Amino acid sequence: MIEFKDVSKTFDVKEGQVAAVRDVNLTIPDGKIYGIVGYSGAGKSTIIRMLNGLEFPTTGSVTINNTEISKLKGKALREQRLKIGMIFQHFNLLWSRTVFENVAFPLEIAKVPKAQRKEKVLRLIELVGLKGRENAYPSELSGGQKQRVGIARSLANDPEILLSDEATSALDPQTTDEVLDLLLDINKKLGLTVVVITHEMHVIRKICDQVAVLDAGEIVEQGPVLDVFKHPKQAITKRFVNQETSTSSQDDTTLAVSELLKKYPNGLIIKLGFHGDQAQLPIVSSVIRKFPDVDLSIIEGNIHQTTEGALGSLYIQVISDNQDSVKEVLSYLNTMRVETEVIEREQ
Amino acid sequence: MNNNGFASYFQLSNVDWPKMWLATWETVWMTLVSIIVVAILGALLGLLLFETSNSKSAGARALNWIVAAFVNIFRSIPFIILIVLLLPATQAVMGTIIGPKAALPSLIISAAPFYARLVEIAFHEIDHGVVEAAQSMGATKGQIIFKVLLPESMPALVSGITVTAISLIGYTAMAGAIGAGGLGNLAYLDGFQASNNAVTLVATVIIVLVVFVCQFAGDIVVKRIDKR
Ligand SMILES: Nc1ncnc2c1ncn2[C@@H]1O[C@H](COP(=O)(O)OP(=O)(O)OP(=O)(O)O)[C@@H](O)[C@H]1O
Ligand SMILES: [Mg+2]
Repeated sequence: MIEFKDVSKTFDVKEGQVAAVRDVNLTIPDGKIYGIVGYSGAGKSTIIRMLNGLEFPTTGSVTINNTEISKLKGKALREQRLKIGMIFQHFNLLWSRTVFENVAFPLEIAKVPKAQRKEKVLRLIELVGLKGRENAYPSELSGGQKQRVGIARSLANDPEILLSDEATSALDPQTTDEVLDLLLDINKKLGLTVVVITHEMHVIRKICDQVAVLDAGEIVEQGPVLDVFKHPKQAITKRFVNQETSTSSQDDTTLAVSELLKKYPNGLIIKLGFHGDQAQLPIVSSVIRKFPDVDLSIIEGNIHQTTEGALGSLYIQVISDNQDSVKEVLSYLNTMRVETEVIEREQ
Repeated sequence: MNNNGFASYFQLSNVDWPKMWLATWETVWMTLVSIIVVAILGALLGLLLFETSNSKSAGARALNWIVAAFVNIFRSIPFIILIVLLLPATQAVMGTIIGPKAALPSLIISAAPFYARLVEIAFHEIDHGVVEAAQSMGATKGQIIFKVLLPESMPALVSGITVTAISLIGYTAMAGAIGAGGLGNLAYLDGFQASNNAVTLVATVIIVLVVFVCQFAGDIVVKRIDKR
């Protein structure tokens, strides 16, 4: 178990001090994939780097399985680091070494005898799907393949924890998904704890069990991923969730909504949020059947899979001459436990 | 014998070949021995400069300042003055101030600081993320130096050696003019002072060839080890 207790970190810079992390309290359970999401400069890297002693807290403590990382030095710290793998946004492979030699690198550091290294390296290369590319140099690999080497390398010393610092941020969407699937697979197969930091909600939704939202060094929201997606509380969380749940860009939807508002001045625009099993219920058609005097028009909708089930949102326009029917539609939707949000008309 | 005309350059019969080959060997020997010492000394100094350059401890910063001052001072002394300056020290260390051996101290002291700078720059050009990745795996300082810094900067270190070796060849010729032996010495004594232009020309051609071979070998090695 990883625990951050009242952790703050300030950097001394020429212009004074930067409070990169403020009063962070976090508990990361074993065997789970824990995501930390935040915008650039929020302090994500600073937090994750405290886990392997690349950075030390100014105040507070960071412990892993009751060992206080923030107090370790020299040999003890190096030994602890062997148990923690890390992957990076820019892969950080040694270009002078082949794929095989890069994966063998942490084993050399841990002074594993040469004979044992070979078998292990080949097994890891196979695990990440790079069999046959052992003798390639990093310059001969694509970004996704480089990250696979990075992942194989990070697993070499059988770590208990895998840290991922924006590991997919330099990759295209397709490759991102492949790498995320690999991480998920490794988490299941090897049962290690994974800490993922990212600015993409997509990454959180796809592989994380729990998420913490970081804003200007503070954790403003945390919990199981589905809960946070369903009921984002803070404005920043809503922005992250929207970034993910609207397929077209947010601007497109706003534009369509304002057009429709103009076209149908008496219509009511509602955003419906579905999750879990409801995403499979025929809610819209039952509304149409139940309220014959109401016209429904669908503006936009989408559905996403998370590790815990489906998640969707739908923008609809409800038009009726009878204002009461519109209210009834709203309350009917609420009895179906669908989340509703009425989009207000701008004056 | 016409010693003044243009044709005098090509009177190859005036060239004492055994003496020419001996001088060539002396030049190559001086360059080789000094480049080996310069490579080791320069790498150590460069590493020292690199490791102390962004350290926060006051001791390291002071050390960096001292090493940097030493490097800058010896890099800016013109070679011909450095030889004269070092004559007493050379006499004390090598027991003589003439011949190829006597040239070594000044060759090394002039080239090592130059190479140290090149080494420092080469280390600074390594992506810091790679060093950090090694740290995050629990690497020691020694492992980082031998498994990351040196191999990752090897092409730059080798091309730095090539550049340094070529300027050392030039220095050996200059040292030759005041008695260090080698092709420079031959061109000066047997060529210039004896008005034997053919000797000067042949010595020049050989020096140019040595430089070319050096550059060519350096380029080939860099090409082979650079996998970027
Ligand atoms: N070594 C350092 N010295 C001074 N300031 C630093 C240092 N490292 C980080 N900071 C500052 O701390 C803050 C948080 O940085 P951090 O790198 O943790 O952000 P991040 O969330 O990882 O951002 P990004 O998504 O861009 O990587 C920033 O304001 C940054 O300028
Ligand atoms: Mg970062």
